[in-house]
Amino acid sequence: MEYNGVWTLGEARDGEIKEVSFELLSRGRKLADKLDEELVSLVIGDGITDEQAEELIKSGADKVYLMNAPALKDFIAENYSNVIEDLIKEYKPEIILAAATSMGRTVMPYIAIKTNAGLTADCTELDIEEDTGNLLQTRPAIGGNILATIKSPNHRPQMATVRPHSTKPAEKDESRTGEIVHLKLDSSLLDGRVKKLGFRKNEGDAVNIQDADVIAAGGKGMKKGENFAMIRELAGYFDGAVGASRDAVDRDWISYPYQVGLSGKTVTPKLYFAIGISGAIQHLAGMKTSENIIAINEDPDADIFMVSDFGIVGDLFEIVPELNKQLAEEVK
Amino acid sequence: MNIVIPIKQVPETSNVKMDEETGTMKRDGVESIINPLDLYAIETGIQLKEEYGGKITVITMGPPSADKALKEAIAMGCDDGILLSGREFAGSDTWATSYALSEAIKEIGDYDLILAGERATDGDTGQVGPGIASWLDLTLSTYTSKVVDVNLVDEEVDYTTTEQDSIIVERMVEDGYEKLQLPLPALLTVVKEISFPRLPTLRGKQRSRKIEIPQWNLGNLDLDEDYLGLQGSPTRVVNIDHPKVTRGGTVIDVREDGNVEAAVAKLIDYLKSKELV
Ligand SMILES: Cc1cc2nc3c(=O)[nH]c(=O)nc-3n(C[C@H](O)[C@H](O)[C@H](O)COP(=O)(O)OP(=O)(O)OC[C@H]3O[C@@H](n4cnc5c(N)ncnc54)[C@H](O)[C@@H]3O)c2cc1C
Ligand SMILES: Nc1ncnc2c1ncn2[C@@H]1O[C@H](COP(=O)(O)O)[C@@H](O)[C@H]1O
Repeated sequence: MEYNGVWTLGEARDGEIKEVSFELLSRGRKLADKLDEELVSLVIGDGITDEQAEELIKSGADKVYLMNAPALKDFIAENYSNVIEDLIKEYKPEIILAAATSMGRTVMPYIAIKTNAGLTADCTELDIEEDTGNLLQTRPAIGGNILATIKSPNHRPQMATVRPHSTKPAEKDESRTGEIVHLKLDSSLLDGRVKKLGFRKNEGDAVNIQDADVIAAGGKGMKKGENFAMIRELAGYFDGAVGASRDAVDRDWISYPYQVGLSGKTVTPKLYFAIGISGAIQHLAGMKTSENIIAINEDPDADIFMVSDFGIVGDLFEIVPELNKQLAEEVK
Repeated sequence: MNIVIPIKQVPETSNVKMDEETGTMKRDGVESIINPLDLYAIETGIQLKEEYGGKITVITMGPPSADKALKEAIAMGCDDGILLSGREFAGSDTWATSYALSEAIKEIGDYDLILAGERATDGDTGQVGPGIASWLDLTLSTYTSKVVDVNLVDEEVDYTTTEQDSIIVERMVEDGYEKLQLPLPALLTVVKEISFPRLPTLRGKQRSRKIEIPQWNLGNLDLDEDYLGLQGSPTRVVNIDHPKVTRGGTVIDVREDGNVEAAVAKLIDYLKSKELV
């Protein structure tokens, strides 16, 4: 087969390589080892230093393809797609993994069409099939109620996006060596149609909930927006983020970027607190794969207790302040 | 401004309950509805039409009964519906689906904007929207949360400038909102924040009852059969698992004894045992 190698698509903003890029490498390393092929991290952006690229090597990459150009500073779907498609045609990787982020979930379907490749969205498990060497891609579907395993037996590359935070970044090995290959942008690949006019950062708790290890989420049981102060305090003890159910967002207690669920964000933190949230399936769809789920609700029959690892039935206005008090003592 | 909106019919899941014994979802007798996330695309389309004129065509690829979804969209205020239906489409993955839809959209022609839902609640991939943009080589904004402005260049004015029709949007990314300007025709996939879907109107319902929905397929579209259905789909589903969603964790009830302090202490012990504090 002329296609060879496992690629992970790194992400950078303002010259900083993002955490998801390292998570992808722990996925990619396992696949590359099974196939006995090379693991490449491709990073596109502007101002990404060799020093940073070295970190990717320490985290498992055999090679880093690094493309820096001022025109690639911002993620513009058309430009990134053209560049990646061009590289795929030249280097013919067998597998390409990207993070299931606003970038990965935009650029990968665009490229998959042009390269006639199979693409599986938002995978939570990846493996290599013993006899065929095909990539086995497992993903939750129908709001997480089924797990489908998918392969693309006759098409190369095999492409997948991987749910952020569903793996730990690979542990760094200072002694690992690898190669950094500087790629030059062929400016004829720049599309030029779409212009980025600006960027507005999320107000308030600037933590991106999809990156957070710990999320404290509040629902309609919080009664009013001001009461989210105690949720913020709770999240604070873990350096975590605040989340919310749709009912809390629809009541304007907190803004939409914090909504977890079917019509909001899908999160996979290590620890998820569901406070005053009933556990409607649309909410569960966004948080069910969290490693540990803690539920606090006054209704013992609330569905949230079915998916929780630890639950307390009672008034959240008594429980959460007590929890904050005991946590404050713990961290002291 | 002419708009095309691809919509999908999906199983209604909001009343689905968990089966306590098997720990899986009970899914019998569920109804079909318009993908709830497509309602935001429909609403956005109708608002744009109200402001800038033009017409809206909704299109779906699905079984003959999916015309119900199209009629519902028409009842909300869309103008025409097209049903892409035939055995040749069966088993299409997102690659083949976006091919078929993009060919049908070409056939519709004369469009300025395509609005898709961020993802469908069943397949849950979010790949069809960007896929259509790729097939048609349109500019693309995913996760669009706001239409900021539309610039339609007056046809009467001079053609010597490079100015062209464009749309300015905000799209939601992990840490904020990006503002983009896209020349038309463009494709936007939209999130909930962009609009609040209206209900069908009486007049709309009357119109939708009478309207004929044309059915398109290999018989009347110039499609490449090798790109359709299961044979045209690069991906294969090889296994389906129904994972147990229930966890059967510890639950402490403090309503009777009021011993919140002790319950919280147990919770802290749990967190410590998992090395979370
Ligand atoms: C198409 C579609 C998409 C949707 N998308 C989402 C989504 O993305 N995210 C989402 O969250 N929802 C979504 N929903 C809505 C979902 O169905 C539920 O309506 C919503 O999740 C309920 O939010 P909640 O749990 O905060 O409110 P409720 O269901 O009203 O639950 C509030 C809970 O708080 C408890 N409570 C009240 N007071 C106290 C107290 N003092 N102490 C302790 N507990 C208390 C109550 O017992 C109750 O269980 C969607 C629905 C549809 C149809
Ligand atoms: N069969 C279909 N017919 C029409 N539109 C579709 C179809 N499948 C997906 N779409 C559109 O593509 C969006 C994303 O769907 P998906 O990629 O399946 O998650 C949906 O919100 C619809 O706008």
